[in-house]
Amino acid sequence: MMLKRNQIIGVGFFLFVIFVAVPWLIHVSGRWDFYYTLTSVALLSIASGGVWLTFYIGRINIGQGAFALTGGYVAAILVVKYDVSFWLTIPIAGLFCAAVAVIIGLPILRLRGVYFAMITLVLTEVARLTALALPITNGAKGISSIPLPGELSILGLTLIPDFSTVANVKLAFYYLAAVLMVLCFAGLYRLVNSRIGHLCRSLQQNEELASSIGVNTAYLRVIAFAISSFLGGVSGAIFMAISRSIYPASFPVKDSVDFMLNCFLGGLGYVFGPMLGTFMIYFGWDVLFTTGKYQLLIYSAILILLILTLPNGVLSLRIFNKRGTAK
Amino acid sequence: MEQIIANGLYLGAQYALIALGLTLIFALMNVLNFAHGQMYVIGGFVTYTVYAQLELPFVVALFASAITLAVVGALIEKFLFRPVIKKSVREESTMLLAAGIAFFLDAVILLVFGEKQRGVPKIVNGLFNYDNYTLVMPYDKILVGFLAILSITTFILYMQYSKTGRAMRALAQDKIAAQLMGVNVERYSMIGFALGAMLAGVVGGLLVSITGVNLGMGGPTSIKAFMMVMIGGAGVISGAIAGGFILGMMESVGLTVLAAYGDITYLAIFISLMIFLAFRPQGLMGKPWG
Repeated sequence: MMLKRNQIIGVGFFLFVIFVAVPWLIHVSGRWDFYYTLTSVALLSIASGGVWLTFYIGRINIGQGAFALTGGYVAAILVVKYDVSFWLTIPIAGLFCAAVAVIIGLPILRLRGVYFAMITLVLTEVARLTALALPITNGAKGISSIPLPGELSILGLTLIPDFSTVANVKLAFYYLAAVLMVLCFAGLYRLVNSRIGHLCRSLQQNEELASSIGVNTAYLRVIAFAISSFLGGVSGAIFMAISRSIYPASFPVKDSVDFMLNCFLGGLGYVFGPMLGTFMIYFGWDVLFTTGKYQLLIYSAILILLILTLPNGVLSLRIFNKRGTAK
Repeated sequence: MEQIIANGLYLGAQYALIALGLTLIFALMNVLNFAHGQMYVIGGFVTYTVYAQLELPFVVALFASAITLAVVGALIEKFLFRPVIKKSVREESTMLLAAGIAFFLDAVILLVFGEKQRGVPKIVNGLFNYDNYTLVMPYDKILVGFLAILSITTFILYMQYSKTGRAMRALAQDKIAAQLMGVNVERYSMIGFALGAMLAGVVGGLLVSITGVNLGMGGPTSIKAFMMVMIGGAGVISGAIAGGFILGMMESVGLTVLAAYGDITYLAIFISLMIFLAFRPQGLMGKPWG
């Protein structure tokens, strides 16, 4: 797979913006609150990237909130009750969610279209109610005052310093989220342009035809759903660390719907769609905060207008897409 | 025991009416109407305004709810869903639109009716008492249950015997064939959407007299409606009714039997639904893959 020259320039520019330009601009303007916003955008776009992958195999996933919540709880319980290092809990939370996704996915991935959408929506509610009912999750009170992430070192060499000694915790979290977001989307890009990615696309177009020429559709579906849930779990775990608390209501149904909206808005045919969609939706919502009680009205009206004018996502605009077609 | 069954039937009648509207819209247009719960809430608030504030008779209020929602539904179909369905590459775009409409209606409800819980005075007083308190049911609940069953019957008869109903059933069965036989797809899609929204409005109006209404009820109602539709099978009228009554019964039984273990009725229902769907993905009466 050869990257074209302008692709390399584009990626380089993007990395420069998020790792150098943004911190510098925030430093100059003194708007430290933007770090929290941008960190959230990065984390939410990781979760949305997962949802996007399930869209890629032709399934509408409205259950990412369930996996983000699960990931957050797994990390929180490990950190608070078993004193595990936070850095270790990130992959554990992700893998736990992936395992849950395999178990749940085997039966429910047989469902299609609206049926799958509805069952995943129900899954979000199941996660919330489970968190309320289990003794280890501490019910409606949730788990709070979770310590900040500690030091990560290999053989005495400090890779990441203890967050409680870092001068600017917000900046540290921003870098953490940004690095993970870049890794996540680089991975997704690689995946989509690999053999598995092409097979996934065949699933999206015609599942029977794909399986008739020997594609193991059941296996691919579960793999895609597990990766999606892995990403959901990772983003949930880091969210827990930032807010230093987790409650059953941390990821409600609205979040699951938002993850789906992010993907739609960015455009389902584009790997970087979910990132753009998340950015637009999150910032749009924040900017509209100034309009007070009309916030939701204006926000949803804009959303509806966008769908009316661009039903195939913002990235389907011609300036983004020189080939002109979505596929 | 009698009490549990009576409660279940009462709940089931309401739920079936909600699920009917959702399934009708789905059958005609392949649209999952996320805003169904919000339409239900609007119906409740309209009835509250007409009955409790303008002090008109309850029946008038109910009709006002029905008509308001029918108009809202028709407008949403004509100006929002129709152009999007025409233009989009993937039909899932309609789900995004439906979610956007749900947010929009939530915002409208917040601005017009406020966020307070609203209730109306009882429509009839008194308590039905059978066999010395083995079965107790307030008269207003009985009346509401009766009205719900009446609406369901009217709806079925309408779908079965009227020309509009026949056209809509033909559309649900095979869109292209119906079009070839001269059924005006656009017109009947609009009527169907209006009818589905109207049913949501009627239930909202009925239930405001028992449980009251508030802004936050929309989302959970939508989720319940999705569940009923999944139990019965999407796009099938008999399935929606069966799903409604089954969910009503399960909720009523669960609240009594599982009360000792805390608030886990819905968790148990959700998990059994997932197991059920693993064996029968298309629901009780649905066609495989709708």
